[in-house]
Amino acid sequence: MQPSQESKGPEIMKALLEKHFGKAWLALVYLFLYLPLLFMVIFSFNSTRQDANFTGLSLRWYEALTRDTKIVEGFWLSVKVAAVTGVLSAVLGTFAAFVLVRYRRFAGRTIFSGMVNAPLVMPEVVIGLSLLLLMVGAQNAFGWPERGLLTIIFGHTLLGMSYGMVVIQSRLMDMDRSIEEAAMDLGARPHEVFFLITLPNIFQGILAAFLLSFTLSFDDVVISEFLSGPGVNTLPQVIFGYARRGINPSIYAAATLLIAAVTIVIVTYSVWVARQTRRREREIAAATRAELAAIATSA
Amino acid sequence: MASHFPIPGKRFVIGVPYAWLFVFFFLPFLILLYISFVDMGESINPFKPIWDPQTGILSLKYENYWSIFRDGEGGDLFKTIYIEAYLRSIWYAFWTALLCLLIGYPFAYFIARSPASVRPALLMMVMLPFWTSFLLRVYAWKGILADQGVLNQILMGLGITNEPIQMLYTNVSMLVGMTYVYLPFMVLPLYANLVKMDVRLLEAAYDLGTTPFKAFWLVTVPLSKAGIIAGFMLVFIPAVGEFVIPSLLGGPENIMIGRVVWDEMFTSNNWPRATALAVVMIALIIVPLAIYYHFTGDAAEPRK
Repeated sequence: MQPSQESKGPEIMKALLEKHFGKAWLALVYLFLYLPLLFMVIFSFNSTRQDANFTGLSLRWYEALTRDTKIVEGFWLSVKVAAVTGVLSAVLGTFAAFVLVRYRRFAGRTIFSGMVNAPLVMPEVVIGLSLLLLMVGAQNAFGWPERGLLTIIFGHTLLGMSYGMVVIQSRLMDMDRSIEEAAMDLGARPHEVFFLITLPNIFQGILAAFLLSFTLSFDDVVISEFLSGPGVNTLPQVIFGYARRGINPSIYAAATLLIAAVTIVIVTYSVWVARQTRRREREIAAATRAELAAIATSA
Repeated sequence: MASHFPIPGKRFVIGVPYAWLFVFFFLPFLILLYISFVDMGESINPFKPIWDPQTGILSLKYENYWSIFRDGEGGDLFKTIYIEAYLRSIWYAFWTALLCLLIGYPFAYFIARSPASVRPALLMMVMLPFWTSFLLRVYAWKGILADQGVLNQILMGLGITNEPIQMLYTNVSMLVGMTYVYLPFMVLPLYANLVKMDVRLLEAAYDLGTTPFKAFWLVTVPLSKAGIIAGFMLVFIPAVGEFVIPSLLGGPENIMIGRVVWDEMFTSNNWPRATALAVVMIALIIVPLAIYYHFTGDAAEPRK
């Protein structure tokens, strides 16, 4: 792993370390990270149920996927759960981040900060178990909620809110507060400041929080396993059930579609962020030029 | 659009997330704690109330906790399947974190030392698999490591082995899966730490005649201590409670504590013991967490 000690030429070693060893190490680890993805994409097009031999191109596993009612139903359930979780987490995460960044002093701040951070480190099994106990208790007491879609959403949102908070918090801390002060000086009321200044400024973070909690929800097995009711299975639950039994190339087909979707979303998001940043830089540059011009003419 | 919106007062802004967390975090935790201190119920009731129905006297039952540490009345201490499962979980989590560090440190180092223009792309490539399904990526390893899987076929094709080596459902597959999944958690804090490092310190070391190897151990590694500890804990803490990877890639002898809690809950239907196991699990997490906050807290403060 490390260069050998006997080398006496620091410059040569340094070059070797920085150029070849470094590149080789990077390449190997990226290969490790992408190997499973590559494997699934390739074997999703295999013509037989074999894992080691590529016997020929075929779309049969994609066809099998569309005919698998459990997977199709699980997919739509997961989409619903993840969409609601994403929205709820983004909203609650914005609230939580706002509280932590802007309200430095209020009664119970330590407890609040502890509670909002705890789901990030709690084992999912513990979160799932304790929420199950709450849901069972509530059901015994009020006959509500039935275990299923709603209880899964509650569970996922608890996790999603915390992750969303982290993302939005960093965005909110980076924000230049002087624009808000300027708006207030110009007579904007607090809610106008929030909706017209603060929200657009942290919108990138809110969108990231939505995407992150959507993904977490769409991917979650453990919390769903605890909180789903009979016959209600999210896509990961269906896949988890299949996966424990053995090889099923339909799952590779599902994975390939997911990889394609994620790549498209991530690339679109990054292009959007890059464009936003560039636009802002252009605006700042234009403003600076105008200012310089004003200074130059007045001088 | 905003002019008719009610002014969100401070109380409202704090109240909404507070209420949510109270109901969905604090309350469930109280129930968990409560059930861990009562007796197992009879017939359809999973647990008994904490008070005696006849006399109304409250009494905490510690038996659920005792049964974790002691096998039966007067049995040997610490020789239960539960303690074994805790130790096994810690053991695997430790090795996972160590492997992630060994692979992730040079990786993060070389990303941090690569030209600034390619760094965002390199980091993005670390994050991209993370955004695709964790479950599916773990599942793929099952196909790769199987007896008739790709890796064994390659090994046999190269003549390294004549018959398939069993890798799936062993410690090897467990650790490969865990290291694979948690590697980004190690790389990101390490990268954040290494990229901030003042390279002039390294140059000074070179100027004073140090070999790169020595400079690495005496300058770079000590300076990145906070990043190493943060990464280690970020891997270790979730790895202890890992549920999915052992279920898919581990063998029957690799049962970890998350699985044990699940089995107590749904197979044995012993709610009080399941909750007691969960409470001990939380206590276990708090120790590394305290270490983590101790060191990251240190790193956050400006040093003079």
